[in-house]
Amino acid sequence: MSKFDLFLQQIFNGLVLGSIYALVALGYTMVYGILQLINFAHGEVVMVGALVSLWVSLKLIASGVPGPLVFVLGLTAAVPACMLLGFLIERIAYRPLRRAPRLAPLITAIGVSIVLQALAMMLWGKQYKSVPQLIPAIPLHVGGATISTLQLFIIAVSCVLMAGLLVLINKTPLGRAMRATAQDPTVAGLMGVDINRVISITFIIGSALAAVAGVLVSQNYGIAHYYMGFLLGLKAFTAAVLGGIGNLTGAMLGGVLLGLIESLGAGYIGDLSGGFFGSHYKDVFAFLVLILVLVLRPSGLLGERVGGRA
Amino acid sequence: MNTLIDWWHRNRRNTRVVWMTFIVVGVLLALLPFAIDAAFGRTWVRIFDFVLLYVMLALGLNIVVGYAGLLDLGYVAFYAVGAYVYALLASAHFDLHLPFWVLLPLGAVIAAGFGVLLGAPTLRLRGDYLAIVTLGFGEIIRIFLNNLDRPYNITNGPQGINLVDPAQLGAFSFSRTQSIGGITFSGAHKYYYLFLALTLLIIFVSIRLERSRIGRAWVAIREDEVAAEAMGINTRNVKLLAFAMGATFGGVSGGLFASFQGFVSPESFGLMDSIMILCMVVLGGMGHVPGVILGALLLTILPEMLRYVGPLQQQWVGRVLVEPADLRMLLFGLALIVVMLLRPAGLLPSTQRRREFKSDNANAPAGTSTTA
Repeated sequence: MSKFDLFLQQIFNGLVLGSIYALVALGYTMVYGILQLINFAHGEVVMVGALVSLWVSLKLIASGVPGPLVFVLGLTAAVPACMLLGFLIERIAYRPLRRAPRLAPLITAIGVSIVLQALAMMLWGKQYKSVPQLIPAIPLHVGGATISTLQLFIIAVSCVLMAGLLVLINKTPLGRAMRATAQDPTVAGLMGVDINRVISITFIIGSALAAVAGVLVSQNYGIAHYYMGFLLGLKAFTAAVLGGIGNLTGAMLGGVLLGLIESLGAGYIGDLSGGFFGSHYKDVFAFLVLILVLVLRPSGLLGERVGGRA
Repeated sequence: MNTLIDWWHRNRRNTRVVWMTFIVVGVLLALLPFAIDAAFGRTWVRIFDFVLLYVMLALGLNIVVGYAGLLDLGYVAFYAVGAYVYALLASAHFDLHLPFWVLLPLGAVIAAGFGVLLGAPTLRLRGDYLAIVTLGFGEIIRIFLNNLDRPYNITNGPQGINLVDPAQLGAFSFSRTQSIGGITFSGAHKYYYLFLALTLLIIFVSIRLERSRIGRAWVAIREDEVAAEAMGINTRNVKLLAFAMGATFGGVSGGLFASFQGFVSPESFGLMDSIMILCMVVLGGMGHVPGVILGALLLTILPEMLRYVGPLQQQWVGRVLVEPADLRMLLFGLALIVVMLLRPAGLLPSTQRRREFKSDNANAPAGTSTTA
């Protein structure tokens, strides 16, 4: 592989990773835009989505259903499950604390995250589970680099979902209600927006996206386990901050950028540091990006509001 | 419990009662390891050593979370720094064997340095951002500890460092069983007294800090940062001080942990451990020293008791349905949620907080305070 092909390969990997980050980041950013709350449990929703669909898929494959159909059925099981989960999380852990000091919902969020991990661990075990390949991954050659049909599929699904979300937010009455609530909940309430309903729907939409992301990411790596949501959630949050939290386009941009940074960083860190650091430091990049963005430009790339509001 | 607290508040100005209480509590604490040893065995003496260790850690985090209101999710990183400083400089790994009394302050100072390093760029951030950044910081430290074994072996990677020197002051080693004046002190007993002394020191420092000018500045920042700044508090420096102070306590506990355990590995310093310490602070009562001590005591002992849940399941259901370790995680998570929803001030809140929460309910009807 020539140097350029290697570069191209890293770009492809970065785009696939980035589109998944973007899907998850949307959930963070939507909730943050409306409630100014980091939904720590969001990463765990991704994990639940992946594991539910895996569970359904394994049952269906045993009875001889073809792969792509299993994928769709797995998704139709995972998405409603996660929607319900997202709804319940908001209802139980966040809504009663809406007027409480800021620290309180943050702590319950961590609590929910741990509870979900523990439950997943009890239900599905601690070990890494291998995920059957449901979407055919035929390698396509672009120059010296390869991209599989599965990876193209992941990028395509993410793009479609993100476009759909943008239309929903910008063109429909529900989207208008959501934007109004994000601007000023009290005034939006006075204008006849049912705020509680809008917030519930926000969580439900975010969780649906998270479920899809979970299914896609488990297809991409062929692995799912109870802890997969933690790091993914953290990185997606970083992506949301990078793009400007509260800003939908920003979350998408941030997701893709973070995917690229990570993949290029992991690819080249060995050469750049003279072999001292290797690709096993890949997970450090997300955190470094996060800290740098928060220090240098807390409002993110596309955000307008400054992060330092007390 | 409450009657006891009320009794104390009635009599706290009475010098004779106060001294008597100190003496009684002191004697009880001094006799405790022997009572435990006789009743439950040597393992439980070690568990109580850990209780003291966690009290120190929780009090350190309490400064950051409880007093200053900064949610730190990577606190265990400072514990790790303290432990690794000790382990690296007092083990066969580099063949360095610096004395205990040098390493403990050194670990504290280095941990404080890390606290400032982390705090300086991040402290102007809002609380929830800070939580994520500290979480990331904790993970970075762990990733480095895990991977700094190549190309140069600094931390020995995931295997960790073993055969760490025990605490030793002059010729007096804390790990050896020894007979003093006809009474046999095992290693666990001796560490108990060492930890107890340091815990009492940290409790004393915590309480004095709480009532000092700095402590009041921390609380002011917690309640309303803008107002605090308007009152002339240099919020950045004061917050930085909270971070450094919390990190110092973490570093000291880390060094003690390394000497007591004789072994450190990155596994002991995961996110779950940060969360567990946070649980102790939240459960007991943020910003209230007795509450935090209670929280640390409960959350160290309860998981140990959960060990008995496995065999019990075997007995009743016929097989182990839920692993005790998983159950522990679940219970920690539930504890965080339930305490925040039902008793946000903790099991043993400070009187000030209790009053605040009461008056909040009485004076502020729903809807008057929408934005924080």
